Amino acid sequence: MKKHFKMVDLDCANCAAKMEDAIKKISGVNDATVSFMAQKLTVDADESRFDEIMKEIVRVCKRVEPDCVIKL
Amino acid sequence: MSRKQKKMLVRILISAVLFAFSFLLPLGGAPRLLYFVVAYAVVGWDVLWRAVRNIAHGQVFDENFLMALATVGAFALGEFPEAVEVMLFYQIGELFQSYAVGRSRQSITALMDIRPDYANIERDGALEQVDPDEVAVGEIIVIKAGEKIPLDGVVIEGSSSLDTAALTGESLPREVSEGDSVISGCINQSGLLRVRVNKEFGESTVSKILDLVENSSSKKARAEHFITKFARYYTPVVVIGAVLLALIPPLLLGDAWSIWIERALIFLVISCPCALVISIPLSFFGGIGGASKAGILVKGSNYLEALSETETVVFDKTGTLTKGVFQVTAVHPDTLPESRLLELAALAESFSDHPISRSLRQAYEKPVDHSRVSDVEEISGHGVRARVDGLQVCAGNGKLMNLAGAQWHDCNLTGTVVHIAVDGSYGGHIVISDTVKPDAAEAIGALKRMGIRQTVMLTGDTQAVAEQIAGELGLDSFHAGLLPADKVERVEELLKQKSAKGKLAFVGDGINDAPVLSRADIGIAMGGLGSDAAIEAADIVLMDDQPSKIATAMQISKKTLRIVKQNIVFSLGVKGLILLLGAAGLASMQAAIFADVGVMVIAVLNASRALKP
Repeated sequence: MKKHFKMVDLDCANCAAKMEDAIKKISGVNDATVSFMAQKLTVDADESRFDEIMKEIVRVCKRVEPDCVIKL
Repeated sequence: MSRKQKKMLVRILISAVLFAFSFLLPLGGAPRLLYFVVAYAVVGWDVLWRAVRNIAHGQVFDENFLMALATVGAFALGEFPEAVEVMLFYQIGELFQSYAVGRSRQSITALMDIRPDYANIERDGALEQVDPDEVAVGEIIVIKAGEKIPLDGVVIEGSSSLDTAALTGESLPREVSEGDSVISGCINQSGLLRVRVNKEFGESTVSKILDLVENSSSKKARAEHFITKFARYYTPVVVIGAVLLALIPPLLLGDAWSIWIERALIFLVISCPCALVISIPLSFFGGIGGASKAGILVKGSNYLEALSETETVVFDKTGTLTKGVFQVTAVHPDTLPESRLLELAALAESFSDHPISRSLRQAYEKPVDHSRVSDVEEISGHGVRARVDGLQVCAGNGKLMNLAGAQWHDCNLTGTVVHIAVDGSYGGHIVISDTVKPDAAEAIGALKRMGIRQTVMLTGDTQAVAEQIAGELGLDSFHAGLLPADKVERVEELLKQKSAKGKLAFVGDGINDAPVLSRADIGIAMGGLGSDAAIEAADIVLMDDQPSKIATAMQISKKTLRIVKQNIVFSLGVKGLILLLGAAGLASMQAAIFADVGVMVIAVLNASRALKP
């Protein structure tokens, strides 16, 4: 299942790339893109575990850039 | 500027003023250190704080940490002004970056300012303003002059001209009246329109387009992948270089530690790949935005990149190079005058709804009086026989003429020929054919000038028609008499013929060439306005029907790629140069940060050029 999320206060392009990398490594995530320009996260992940995966994504992103918030 | 940016600006200004005054104040010893620490803290406390916090999270090569290390190192070496200056420049650079990106994001959103805010809906006889999301299919909305059409639908009352520029880039207004379909995102310029909604907002053209543009940045170009990969290695490599630079020369050569540590700090200052990481996606984003403004929707940076490498362009004929509408293109009188031929043909065919009959009536231009026609008989595979004003009129092909016993002859033009006989004697014939779009020849010419090696036309039409059109437009080759499956085969063959790096683009109207659109490297659909199939199947959608937009898209793509290359070469070049100069002790820390921020500013400004057509 593919879903888009808005990201607030994503201020640095390099962090966006790092987040994308980290999200892709989470198990159950088929593909992910963090678009710094559109301030958007696109996740393609296992549907049955989506909520659980999203929680992990939020945790991972917090670690890279604590200022940035994913709007769920 | 956002509030956050304004705060940052104030901090930068305060710190800059403190820094400037430091040269006037005769401070020494501890008070001097304290003064610079204050100036430094005002502008850089958040960087220090983030550095500490991120290390706790295991982010070692974080630019905050590197910046903090470089400036604290400078303090330790007693270079107080340098530390403050480096932090100042770093923050100015960050602020500029965030401002520039915000600006270009805004200008792209403004380009795509097609989202309607409300819909006027008629409920219980009164007009009500509601969110377009709340309007259901089948409800009737009212659009006043100057308002945006909020949802797709059909006009049930009123007529007006619509401004479609936001969707198609076309400045000529489109006339609509009762019975015509209208598309959300257009602006009603003159009259009042009552429209029956036939799609929910989420399914409306405007929502689809916005979705597409907003998500286009998720499909990344090779250049973007290159930069992400590069950034992953660049920072660690530079940091390791810095450590080696600080340790090895003093240990081996016995030089003073302070000299080499200072040189190592210069490495840290330029260890952030910011200029590249920001300017490459920004260029693509700008290119896609600029293309949208011209009515060209590009579904991803990768397609914009591929478009610049196109070698072969394959066209579908009907609906792409030609209008796909049958028109009377010639009337060849034999014994009867032109107007009489048209009149008889239009009348005889007046009860048919075949496209050919319609084009005859259109050419006749006058209203058809059905009472003049009787005993209409359609002979399948032949044509029509009818009594018009008491005369027996036969309109159809050669076989029908033989049947009527008329002495007919063939036509030298290609197309569908309608022969007419009156009471068994031959009157002449009318040629009906699809007409070439006015800008088709120019489009092919423009593509050739841009270095496209091969232009090919595929069509299900006859050899004769294809040959004539290919000749008229100056296409390199054509294949006629193809079924949809044959088209895929031909494209496969062409894909094998092209060079390894070159790309093949297929241009179709998106109605029945979905398989070919997806097989080609780049599928371009035309006339996307209102056609869901085209928007779904293609990689690039031309919102209006003009083939010349392909050349425009290619120009935008080439320009964007040029900017991307300039930025890569320029940023890497300058960084490399500073690394060398820094290691040799020829660049100061100030020079390094100045160059680093400068490169970023220039790269970002250069990237924003992509937005302009």
